[in-house]
Amino acid sequence: MQKKVTNITITPGFKEDIYWVEVFRGLWITNRHFFVNMWRLTLNLFGIKTKTRAVATYQYPEEHRPIHHRLRGRHRLTVRQNGSMRCTACMLCETICPCDCIHIIPGESPDPNVEKFPEQFTIDVLRCCFCGYCAEACPMDAIRMDVIEPEFASYTRDILFTKEFLMGQTKERPWEKWLEADMKSKGA
Amino acid sequence: MLPASAPMTLAMGPSHPAMHGIIRLNLQLDGERIVDSTIDIGFLHRGFEKMVERHTWNQAIIYTDRLNYVSAIINNTGYCLAVEKLLGIETPPRCQTLRVIMSELSRVMDHLTCLGAQVMETGAMTAFLYAMQAREWIYELVEMCCGARVTTNWTRIGGLSADVPPEFVDAVKERIPKLRRMNDEFSKLLTKNRIFIDRTKGVGVMSKEDAVSWGFTGPILRASGVPFDVRRDTPYLNYDEFDFEIPVGSNGDVYDRYNVRLFEMEQSLRITEQALEKLPDGPVNIADKTISLPDKLDVYGNIEGLINQFKLIMDDHGIKVPPGETYLPVEAANGELGFYIVSTGEDVPYKCRCRPPCLPITMAMPTMIKGEMIADIIPIFGSVNMIGGELDR
Ligand code: SF4
Ligand code: SF4
Repeated sequence: MQKKVTNITITPGFKEDIYWVEVFRGLWITNRHFFVNMWRLTLNLFGIKTKTRAVATYQYPEEHRPIHHRLRGRHRLTVRQNGSMRCTACMLCETICPCDCIHIIPGESPDPNVEKFPEQFTIDVLRCCFCGYCAEACPMDAIRMDVIEPEFASYTRDILFTKEFLMGQTKERPWEKWLEADMKSKGA
Repeated sequence: MLPASAPMTLAMGPSHPAMHGIIRLNLQLDGERIVDSTIDIGFLHRGFEKMVERHTWNQAIIYTDRLNYVSAIINNTGYCLAVEKLLGIETPPRCQTLRVIMSELSRVMDHLTCLGAQVMETGAMTAFLYAMQAREWIYELVEMCCGARVTTNWTRIGGLSADVPPEFVDAVKERIPKLRRMNDEFSKLLTKNRIFIDRTKGVGVMSKEDAVSWGFTGPILRASGVPFDVRRDTPYLNYDEFDFEIPVGSNGDVYDRYNVRLFEMEQSLRITEQALEKLPDGPVNIADKTISLPDKLDVYGNIEGLINQFKLIMDDHGIKVPPGETYLPVEAANGELGFYIVSTGEDVPYKCRCRPPCLPITMAMPTMIKGEMIADIIPIFGSVNMIGGELDR
């Protein structure tokens, strides 16, 4: 298909030279935004929901942005119905991981129907680049990245996701260790 | 005391609030006027090319995200197209159209960031915030289709990591008028504003001949009056099916670059609309199981699928690209982004050279700012749209 070439050069004329016309046009836009948003805020104040949000910013810790479920979030290891791990220590995720952050030590599974299972499964999450390759590579649907948990910041550098944590068996969050340390140092 | 005529040396950067991106300008000043300058780059060097050599063909895609992190999907697409060219394969039509849609939306995003930052540095904070809000609408779309906002990692060799979710098409259709309205307001605030015109008109002029001989590409070359666009001159994907216009300027100054970018955003939205109209159904990955991963149902359900999955991922297996070398340019938001790839037939690239569009433009900064005032560096540098990740690789 033919692509047209358009010359877009704009030569400022008299209207631009006298300055005021265009500045008032600009002010009209900003003021319209201001009053429209104020009107929406007022409606919201009386409990009336508007179709568009009154303010584009989210009041972060109290209010969260809706996140699409496809977001590549924190990792999770899935379990079978009887509570055992789905992972068979096939090492595909460890192989494909471009950041070399998954470490698996395979072992003999206690279940006679399953040959292998990971004795240790650690993700060095500070190296992880959240590419999602591990979840894509897993042939057992054992590792998923669907835990939407935007906040895992820490003051320490040893956030290791252990097997127990990834399987959801422990409520202890590895990145909150600094909190405990902080509390202890304050004598709380 | 120095003689009055000796120029003063001033280092601007590497971390100067007005230099977005880490780069240093060593200026020789005569009062406020720039007599001479040199430019230092390389503060964000991460060894992209070496990293790619140490990873398999598919793993290397994550490093392309970090080149131009404002429009990562264009980089993903460019790299994958280059590898696909070497493999001699073509992706299914749905994949191609989806890549076009996301590339064009990324271009809008990149231009919004560039224009927003440029006008913010010349003092127009409101327009910057409008641009950021519009960018957020596109980021939501990016998050919807690839699960991340910046480090997209969306394309794969021979397809995509995943098809778009069903609500995607409606979400894009809903956002296009909003983006149009925003563009319109942005333009009304600035294009005819005397203050903005005075700051940008006749500043940082690059003539047609100079721009070509420096190796400029993209909006900044078109602003100098050369109608070169990779999408038109060497069409890739299915760009030749779409109808769009190519803006050219005639002065090659910052004001023309601004206008070219504004016009291009509108054209990108037009391409997106056309692509949504003709978005075909069908698979997004090619059927060749030595290149793209099998369907998850096959992997869980039958042994062939499982073997294919293992064969593609295990070390020393993977995608085998035939020996040879190739270069493929795509039109990134800043200009021609090319990947030059050499394969020796192994599962890792032998060499991957990236031609970043903003390198020649940034290198021409000393020429562009010569004889201008210090305050003019800011709009000129804004119009260059230097992206550190892409410049230093
Ligand atoms: S998301 Fe990527 S980097 Fe992180 S563990 Fe998985 S494969 Fe490795
Ligand atoms: S790819 Fe899946 S099954 Fe294999 S080791 Fe990783 S988590 Fe376990």
